[in-house]
Amino acid sequence: MPDLLIELFSEEIPARMQKRAADDLKKLVTDGLVEAGLTYAGAAALSTPRRLTLAIEGLLATSPDTHEERKGPKVGAPDKAIEGFLRGAGLTRDQLEERDTPKGPVYFALIEKKGRPAAEIIAEVLEAAIRSFPWPKAMRWGAGSLRWVRPLHSILCILSDETGASVVPLDIDGIKAGDTTEGHRFMAPGRFAVTGFADYETKLKAARVILSPEERADHIWAEAQNAAFAQGLEIVEDKGLLAEVAGLVEWPVVLMGDIAEEFIPLPPEVLQTSMREHQKFFSVKNPKSGLIEKFVTVANRETADHGATILAGNQKVLSARLADAKFFWENDLRVAEAGAGAWLDSLANVTFHNKLGTQGERIERIAQLARAIAPSLDADPELAEQAARWAKADLSSEMVYEFPELQGLMGKYYAAPAGHPVEVANAAVEHYSPLGPSDDVPSAPVSVAVALADKLDTLTGFWAIDEKPTGSKDPFALRRAALGVIRLVLDNDLRLALDQLFDAQLLRHEIALDDDGAVRNALLRDLDNEIADHGVFGAAIRTVLDHFDGDLSKHLEKVKDSLPDTSRDLLGFFHDRLKVYLRDKGVRHDVIDACLAMPGNDDLSLLVKRAEALTAFLSTDDGENLLQGVKRSSNILAQAEEKDGVEYSYGADVKFAEADEEKALFAALDTAEAAIKPAMEAEDFAAAMQAMANLRAPIDAFFEAVQINTDNQVVRRNRLNLLSRIRMICAGVADLSRIEG
Amino acid sequence: MANSDTRPKSFQEIILRLQNYWAEQGCAVLQPYDMEVGAGTFHPATTLRSLGSQPWAAAYVQPSRRPTDGRYGENPNRLQHYYQYQVLIKPSPPNLQELYLGSLEAIGIDMDLHDIRFVEDDWESPTLGAWGLGWEVWCDGMEVSQFTYFQQVGGYDCHPVSGELTYGLERLAMYILGVDHVMDMPFNDPGAPIPLSYGDVFKQTEEEYARWNFDVANTDVLLKQFEEAEAECKAILDQAHVDPKTGKRIVMAHPAYDQCIKASHLFNLLDARGVISVTERQAYIGRVRALAKLCADAFVQTRAGGWTDGDAA
Repeated sequence: MPDLLIELFSEEIPARMQKRAADDLKKLVTDGLVEAGLTYAGAAALSTPRRLTLAIEGLLATSPDTHEERKGPKVGAPDKAIEGFLRGAGLTRDQLEERDTPKGPVYFALIEKKGRPAAEIIAEVLEAAIRSFPWPKAMRWGAGSLRWVRPLHSILCILSDETGASVVPLDIDGIKAGDTTEGHRFMAPGRFAVTGFADYETKLKAARVILSPEERADHIWAEAQNAAFAQGLEIVEDKGLLAEVAGLVEWPVVLMGDIAEEFIPLPPEVLQTSMREHQKFFSVKNPKSGLIEKFVTVANRETADHGATILAGNQKVLSARLADAKFFWENDLRVAEAGAGAWLDSLANVTFHNKLGTQGERIERIAQLARAIAPSLDADPELAEQAARWAKADLSSEMVYEFPELQGLMGKYYAAPAGHPVEVANAAVEHYSPLGPSDDVPSAPVSVAVALADKLDTLTGFWAIDEKPTGSKDPFALRRAALGVIRLVLDNDLRLALDQLFDAQLLRHEIALDDDGAVRNALLRDLDNEIADHGVFGAAIRTVLDHFDGDLSKHLEKVKDSLPDTSRDLLGFFHDRLKVYLRDKGVRHDVIDACLAMPGNDDLSLLVKRAEALTAFLSTDDGENLLQGVKRSSNILAQAEEKDGVEYSYGADVKFAEADEEKALFAALDTAEAAIKPAMEAEDFAAAMQAMANLRAPIDAFFEAVQINTDNQVVRRNRLNLLSRIRMICAGVADLSRIEG
Repeated sequence: MANSDTRPKSFQEIILRLQNYWAEQGCAVLQPYDMEVGAGTFHPATTLRSLGSQPWAAAYVQPSRRPTDGRYGENPNRLQHYYQYQVLIKPSPPNLQELYLGSLEAIGIDMDLHDIRFVEDDWESPTLGAWGLGWEVWCDGMEVSQFTYFQQVGGYDCHPVSGELTYGLERLAMYILGVDHVMDMPFNDPGAPIPLSYGDVFKQTEEEYARWNFDVANTDVLLKQFEEAEAECKAILDQAHVDPKTGKRIVMAHPAYDQCIKASHLFNLLDARGVISVTERQAYIGRVRALAKLCADAFVQTRAGGWTDGDAA
């Protein structure tokens, strides 16, 4: 069985696209071949900066013959129907067969297809693959209309077996398939012919091209480590960079160079970022000092001077870059040491969002909120406010302007020079966390206060201007922000009434959105005083707004009515995110619903505690049976209430109890109530649910022995009121009616 | 082939060698456009000529101005006025990469000792409504050129596609000549009777323009001029295609484009004066792009832009 070798040779393919492209080529070609009946034993896709290669082993030499039988119209059907059938089958009328069926004679088409030679199929499949290739961005060149990632120069496409190799005839917009390729652009120019994959790979290596990206990456990593190890140093691991660099060279040559003395004291992250982003250098660390002292660059060739010229050039470029970084660092330190006023001033002129004002205004709001939250986290409110004001300062620094990925981290470095304590420094870097679902959650109280305030301000802001995420559109990463808040609250076991925080921050936004400046300032002052006196608050917002009765602008008049709805809507968004988060942790959605229906559902820690207890409770035999008993009593009650047109609630009296089981249930409910109330007050859900579980036996026995609907109306009413006690007691723990099953 | 004896000695020698090299490759060696532009791409020999079906091959030096990059001549690499060398060939020849590498050899880069790399860099000019795919070319880790296959200009698909090469001349020359500060670079032959450095030629002007760009330029006047250029550009293009005086069909794409270039430079000056906010910025860029688009619309109505009498219907 023959082997197939395909190489698409082009100008330099962006490193980040190579792997995906090689995989796409493999998928498109092998799928096409298999669909045409050409199966194969194995396939491998490889890439270098200038080529995508696909090697397929053990391909069928021809596709198998096929035999198909198609049922057509009845004999005597209108000509049009028969002609249509013939067109579809590719036959003429005399080739059809008439067969008797229970419904009368019917035409049948017997379609025999001879297998086709592999070369013919490959040519079609490869052309289709090239013309429909899913490059992230493709281009045209010259006067042609073919699209490829960069100009495509040649196609190698050969089928080979024991008898030799033959070119698969193919011509795409003037590019004819052949059996030749090129080696390294500079070290081995010129074309050569190959006879199969092994020959191709060997000849390429002789022509200074390592075909496999993994082999190039392994080679780079091993050489870099050897070079570093020989001097008692170590390479800072960077898998992304390694893959990228392996995609920039066909013949990797590792060179290690020095970082000039004057740059070594720069923060290691700055050196690393500058070298990686601008030069694609690896950082080499001295394990003893922890400092980055050298760099590794990967050249694409060997030279007579063993890379001396290349290394000198790279070193020079690096020095120029690091001179910039050092310049930024020193300028920034000067600004920081002067108190960083210049940065904060300039943030007042930077737009955060055209409706939500400047970064300066945003920082002010975050600072207020951080201060308000602090007491519930055991954080010093002064420090929290100070940290919030500092947290975004580095956005104005020159270093962050140059390297946006260093935001937060530079704030941490510049905090001490600006006279801030270590808590403030740490908050600068930690307040952005958690970014992703696997990102660490900060635990330092000041950091947590700023992290929460930052995210809550963003969420309430976009809710206030009604730019919420829809479907897959979430341009401001609000889902991520909400999940961040959830994780900050749960991981730190925080007790926060989110509802009140939403209200307060929404109002700050609404006041800022109001056009009337005088009213705004007076309101802001009042709001701050109110928060200082009473903490954050919910209904008090109306009180504040009521102070301004008659003076309120139209905007704020409207807000007075709409704000509670907006706040509730945002809480609903949090609940949705929480459901997703808890579902991933194995909590059933109906359990969450049963807990969400309870009061205090803006306290996420409480909510989760309740859900966890309920999950545990439902997994016990008592829990499951109690649930049935409670449901049964609820159903009977609901039916009776509907029939009688009244609501049964209080008034069950043991003196009307007849059966022993009935009396026992009275006693059990008294016991349970006495136990549940203090347990709930102590938020000891496990104890409350245990007390509820103890009701299982008396309830079961009650239903076993007692008929609710008796002729004696007094007894009947008493029993229905008794059932309502069950409903009420259980409803204080969770809304069990939402539990399925 | 290149060795220390054939190394260029001055900034101008590098320019002259590029001029000779691209002349040998058959390019028309044009002169700089006589207006202030931000980059060589703005020269109508690139922007407009990359449109339409007519073949084209041109090379030229273009003085370029980026007011925000001014550093009073003190930064070793940054200048508010600098030179770009620009090559545009349409359709892009299949051996454009080789031709380009030949130009590096011509200016004294020894291909056997250096590491030349083509690193992905897609080019986009929001002000010109243009984009293309290509690379930045690295020599030993330093970016020495931009290499772009134009895909769209002024909102039009480029067909055929032009290949564009842009060399940042000061940086490239500093590298070849081994100079660390641009102002120290020999402008003419250091052995000439009157040797001049880059600083002798440009240090004073960098200072003067930096002061004017950052602190003195009258922003009210600049704003007014911007509005005027915008209005004039539109007014020119509103004229009938047939000139009532001569009776000839004369579409005034180039005079209109001059006004577009003016508006673009005025925007850059306003930007350097710091009077354009982040939100306004996008709006200004959009206004310049709209002009560029109108000029492209007009150019494809001219002979150079591929219009023929047969299109008249």
